[in-house]
Amino acid sequence: MQSFQDIIFTLKRYWADRGCIIQEPYDVEVGAGTMCPETFLRVLGPHPYRVAYVQPSRRPADGRYGDNPNRLYKHSQLQVILKPTPADVIDQYLGSLEAIGIDLRKHDIKFEEDNWEAPTLGAWGIGWQVMLDGLEITQFTYFQQCGGIDLELVPAEITYGLERLTAFLQVKDSVYDIEWTPGFSYADVRYRDELQYSVYNFEAADIPTLWKLFELHEGEAARLLKLYNPKDGDKKRFPLLPTYDHVLKCSNLFNTLDSRGAISVTERVGVIQRVRKIAVGVAAAWADQQFAAPQREVAQ
Amino acid sequence: MTLPFLLEIGTEEIPDWMIPGALENLRLLFEKLEIPHESIAMDATPRRLVLRAEGLPERQPDSEERVLGPPKAAPPQAVAGFARKQGIRPEDLAVETTAKGEYYFFTRKVAGRASKDILSEALPGLILQIYFPKTMYWTAKGGPRFIRPIRWLVALLGEEIVPFEIAGVHAGALTSGHRRLGAREIAITTADYQERLRDHYVILSAEQRREKIRKELTGVRIKPDAALLETLVYITEYPTAITGNFDPQFLELPEEVLVTVMRHHQKYFSVEDERGKLAPQFVAVMNVDADSEGFVRRGNERVLRARFNDARFFWETDRRKTLLARKEDLAHVTFQAKLGTYLEKTDRVVELVNALGGEADAVRAAELLKCDLTTELVKEFTELQGVVGGLYARADGEPETVWQAVYDHYKPESMDDAIPRGRTAQLVSLADKLDTLRGCFRVGLIPSGSRDPFALRRASQGVVRILVEGKLGLGLHDFLDGNQELTAFFADRVRYYFKEHRGFAYDEVNACMASGWSSLADLETRLLRVQALRPTPDFEPLAASFKRIRNILNQAGWQAAAPAPLDAALLEAGPEQDLYEEYRRISGQPIEHVISKLRPKVDLFFDKVLVNAPDARVRQNRLTLLHTLLAEFSPIADFSEIVTQS
Repeated sequence: MQSFQDIIFTLKRYWADRGCIIQEPYDVEVGAGTMCPETFLRVLGPHPYRVAYVQPSRRPADGRYGDNPNRLYKHSQLQVILKPTPADVIDQYLGSLEAIGIDLRKHDIKFEEDNWEAPTLGAWGIGWQVMLDGLEITQFTYFQQCGGIDLELVPAEITYGLERLTAFLQVKDSVYDIEWTPGFSYADVRYRDELQYSVYNFEAADIPTLWKLFELHEGEAARLLKLYNPKDGDKKRFPLLPTYDHVLKCSNLFNTLDSRGAISVTERVGVIQRVRKIAVGVAAAWADQQFAAPQREVAQ
Repeated sequence: MTLPFLLEIGTEEIPDWMIPGALENLRLLFEKLEIPHESIAMDATPRRLVLRAEGLPERQPDSEERVLGPPKAAPPQAVAGFARKQGIRPEDLAVETTAKGEYYFFTRKVAGRASKDILSEALPGLILQIYFPKTMYWTAKGGPRFIRPIRWLVALLGEEIVPFEIAGVHAGALTSGHRRLGAREIAITTADYQERLRDHYVILSAEQRREKIRKELTGVRIKPDAALLETLVYITEYPTAITGNFDPQFLELPEEVLVTVMRHHQKYFSVEDERGKLAPQFVAVMNVDADSEGFVRRGNERVLRARFNDARFFWETDRRKTLLARKEDLAHVTFQAKLGTYLEKTDRVVELVNALGGEADAVRAAELLKCDLTTELVKEFTELQGVVGGLYARADGEPETVWQAVYDHYKPESMDDAIPRGRTAQLVSLADKLDTLRGCFRVGLIPSGSRDPFALRRASQGVVRILVEGKLGLGLHDFLDGNQELTAFFADRVRYYFKEHRGFAYDEVNACMASGWSSLADLETRLLRVQALRPTPDFEPLAASFKRIRNILNQAGWQAAAPAPLDAALLEAGPEQDLYEEYRRISGQPIEHVISKLRPKVDLFFDKVLVNAPDARVRQNRLTLLHTLLAEFSPIADFSEIVTQS
């Protein structure tokens, strides 16, 4: 039986063999691998890029105190970005499933329409949820827009739900029974944070403090964005990446406040707009900083 | 000699619901090319849109073009120049006499274009013109847009490839088989195309896929579901049905929840036992040929188990609180920014239920109506709102009329859906819909064109159907806030309902609505009467006469208000007096009983009597007589609105 980490190793190896940089998870909390700068900023501009990384993704509202066999506050996504999309992208993707031991002649794979949209990021794409014997195992998206900007090259984003995929391969009814590595179950490794973060997100988080933090991070992002000057000859030095970290902080705080029941439906739209505004601001500044003439080609 | 034509647009998986429309669109675009053909056939799977036509000419017929030269009188150099330009000798030019005199002419033969050239030129634009509700680009910004990336193209006219290119893909003679069971590249001809695909596990014909699924479903009592069948036909290239089981313990959960999980989330058919009760089984349709080792069945069973466990978890969590105890939480759920919260909406609906004459059960249901919006189950299965509220109300021990009213209150959700069960449920549903309509119209959220984000058309259609089919004798106009736009909006919906849904002729609807339409149940009764009268021999002539009366009154500037009373002494002996006496005899009787007696009198009157009499008093009196006659039947319909043959 392949362990959770074996599956991750295999998939990383598979995509490394197809020209992907293997990145490590981003160190600021995010709701999805898409939000990491390795996706959000890299998909902008005219430069080809291929990257794969595992990203622990936090969805405070999905926490279930470690009780529910299928729902997690924090799950692991394997995020793959292929920019531009190769014409055989779906074959490559199906090959990755074969690589982890899924004999596709014996299983049922379907691509069902599912267009992805992240309003807080001003991002959307066209794609499918990939169903394996009735289980959604991957979200496949052709990015069209990110940070409100039409993309020059269309990247394919392949997002694997690693816990689900592993539970499928190990034939487990609960993600907590997954074998992480021989001798250690998923519950051994992760149960405590599922429990404690659920308690925090649903019960213990201090709402006024979270709002204050939200405003501080929002304020810092807005302050920096105001200072960015596209005409500045030295603009490449400008700290847009740190600015973006504050956007991510806002996004996670918004999700936490939401799970805490602190945001009414009416307010929601407004708060999403606030996060979107700074996210779109960073994307626009980034596109200018990295790709606008008369700068040299991006040296990264 | 004619040729067959084959076009296959090979793509990544197209959303199932868009495929039939896209095919129809492709056919129309092709027909616009006006290349003659004997027949045309359209087929599709999720990964290919296919057009096959038979009997195309190799080339268009040759034609002649006449080129006008200089006049016969022109200097010889001009004539020679013209001839040179046409590539012939001057003596080969013809001379013809036109209205302006004699002119040189040249008749040029134009060879018909090869069909292949026409297709080669037109196909790229034609393909990219196919309408899809949402398109994407996949090469780079500014690149072609289509529903999903185009990955291969087959275009054959006879044995020849029609050359063209889209997004770097060149048309050829290679198709592609089933993603896992077929080959990537398969050489085909127009003759063996469908067969070769079949060898590579692609059933090209939707009808054959449908039949295959149907055949495999025989012997299992599935809940019939035509829409699901269509979805499955268009998300598979090689469908195969398999049956799976689930733990009968889950049957404790409401059937509605189980069916929704299977239907909407997993695309499974539900199965019934002999008594029509849900059985612990499901049918899934795979996109492969077999599941010989049972992997697919077991996988699907496991997914369903997890889904049902979730549903049970939500059900049990929600049940810790009664439905009524959730009412206060509605203060935190916005209905619409300008219309306040769902708690405010609830208060308005309660008030409206009272105004509509609802009894205690209806008021109770109105209070519970929106409480399910805060449940986990509705957050997970939004399509079950209302139904879930009804289920929790039942579990809380609410009386049947109350929980059914909550359960049914979104009904009817379509023209074919049933209206809520019973008067209480109907009143509550009416109040909810009317409140939404009144509120939205008050704050200017009025549907226009295809924009109707609050589904107000559906809500108003529901109101109309409930009032008519529930035979509720309520005056609709009393509940429209005196809002003229809303009244006009409803007039359209009433007209639409009786015409499109009930099949009444438009002039019958106009005629009856002209006599009032506040009580829709009454309008229906009158429409049925007019419809029954219409084929009787006296109806059309009488309607024509009524139209004539209306015109005469209009021309005379007749004011309906305060007409002078009829003066019997002024009536002329003969047809006029006869008509008056007939009117007196029949007055107050149903039109059905009197129409045959009245008609000849009216005809004779118009035959013999001059309405426009020289004596003003006589004239006025005749107009009064005609108006009286018209008014006699106006409570049923304004018959002058009927469009007659003559």
